Amino acid sequence: MTAPLLDVRDIHTAYGRSRALFGVSLAVPKGACVCLLGRNGVGKTTTMRSIMGLTPASSGQIIWKGQDITHRRPFEIARAGIGFVPEDRRIFADLSVLENLEVGGRAAARPGPWSVEAVFDLFPKLRELSGRRGGYLSGGEQQMLTIGRTLMGNPELLLLDEPSEGLAPLVVEALLEQVGRLKSQGLTILLAEQGLHFSLALADHVYVLQKGAVRYSGPSSALRDDPKLRDDLLALAAPVD
Amino acid sequence: MLEPSFLFGQFVGGLSIAMFLFLIASGLALIFGVLRILNFAHGSFYMIGAYLAWQIVHILDAKTGGAFWLAVFGAATAVAILGALIERFLLRPLYGREELYQLLFTYALVLVLADAAKIIWGTQQLSVSRPPSLAGASTIFGAVVPHYNLVIMALGPMVAALVWFILHRTHIGRMVRAAALDREMLGALGADVGRLYTLMFAFGSFLAGLAGALVTPIKTVNPGMDVEIIVEAFIVIVIGGLGSLWGAFFGALIYGQFLSFGILIFPRFSIFSVFALMAIILVIRPWGLFGKPLSR
Ligand SMILES: Nc1ncnc2c1ncn2[C@@H]1O[C@H](COP(=O)(O)OP(=O)(O)OP(=O)(O)O)[C@@H](O)[C@H]1O
Ligand SMILES: [Mg+2]
Repeated sequence: MTAPLLDVRDIHTAYGRSRALFGVSLAVPKGACVCLLGRNGVGKTTTMRSIMGLTPASSGQIIWKGQDITHRRPFEIARAGIGFVPEDRRIFADLSVLENLEVGGRAAARPGPWSVEAVFDLFPKLRELSGRRGGYLSGGEQQMLTIGRTLMGNPELLLLDEPSEGLAPLVVEALLEQVGRLKSQGLTILLAEQGLHFSLALADHVYVLQKGAVRYSGPSSALRDDPKLRDDLLALAAPVD
Repeated sequence: MLEPSFLFGQFVGGLSIAMFLFLIASGLALIFGVLRILNFAHGSFYMIGAYLAWQIVHILDAKTGGAFWLAVFGAATAVAILGALIERFLLRPLYGREELYQLLFTYALVLVLADAAKIIWGTQQLSVSRPPSLAGASTIFGAVVPHYNLVIMALGPMVAALVWFILHRTHIGRMVRAAALDREMLGALGADVGRLYTLMFAFGSFLAGLAGALVTPIKTVNPGMDVEIIVEAFIVIVIGGLGSLWGAFFGALIYGQFLSFGILIFPRFSIFSVFALMAIILVIRPWGLFGKPLSR
């Protein structure tokens, strides 16, 4: 088996004194979609923040393409090819849609296929809104913009934190199709979700987190085909919507 | 009783005060808007700019017209470099700490720079003459306006337009605005926000140094000028709205006119009218004319 693109080895992470991760390990192979599943507060976001260097792990290792990036700064990690899409979206509210995208492209300064036009092709709605201020977008539009903004930096791995959170079912379906397209184009994705809907539709492999540690790891087909296992894990993850 | 030419003279006087204040206040506002630091030492950078301009004019030949502009540009650049070094090596370690430490640090810087200036240039008043090409004056609507002041009045709006252009129409400007809104997110997207901060601090310091250098033909250079100007600059950005470029611009215009005409109403306490104005504005709009309520 070839080495995974991203290899997280037994990381412990704390916010000041309050500890959030107690030895999380996971692997993301190239081209795969891996999902972190778990309820509120189990440590999905913290895992992603640790990978990104925003809340560095206090012990353990994060290996990216064979290199230890555990203690690198966020901007170095972004430039190394990891793109972060935060769950609270964090659009630059006073900047227009177009400016948000341009900042995303400039910040990472990585060569690659993404351009403003390519983002607009993926999310046609954004093209109509290109002059509008980010702060005036709806939740769904902001979600598209935050993904587009990160794509502009041509990441090899996308950390997608609860993209379906707070969106209407129709919007979630559209997003599912769009993220599916990214995956089929070969982008590697680490997804965090509370529900099974988004995750089972996209993920190849699932890690179920509970209280800052991995409780279950297996191919998502196992969950899809085995109602008993799914019901057991549902006690850990939130119910299907 | 009051002749139109006299009133116009007051108006023009207020305008040139305003343009210097704008140069100072815009740097202060930009640094606050992006780095969220209230830089007390901004007035000290202005003072250093003035001393350096005097020094360069003194070393070069004061008689040639080019020497003055060279001195202005050289002084402003030197102050920008000083600002960059201070931000990178002294201020940066304080970013994670409470804001109080940053305030105390910039206040300490005021004291250190004031002493340094006294050691290097002494305490006597120094002056620089206007560049020979601008030594004349014109009579406009019956008021005598020195050519030098006309240039300053033209320079203010030009600098405002240039800064606006940089912020809104260039890549680096977009990054700066994004950094002001969400520093952490911009870093996670791959931008070296630390370098952006240093650049911004240097640019703000450049504007302070520029104002200090340009003011030398109008005001004498002396040790107290740092504190004097920082108080005025703070009033301007409080009136205009902390961190807002246009706030600094119109705040400076309003300040200049109040000072100029306030002197007619309260001859000895013209600064009082400005404080009264600030109080009234703060009651009506606590975040200033162009500011927004703080969200963070
Ligand atoms: N900034 C913070 N300071 C202190 N504790 C935090 C902070 N952020 C998260 N935590 C704590 O860390 C733990 C893990 O939180 P995290 O945000 O990683 O969970 P999550 O799985 O992403 O949850 P959610 O589904 O609600 O987004 C929680 O106990 C949370 O209270
Ligand atoms: Mg979360």
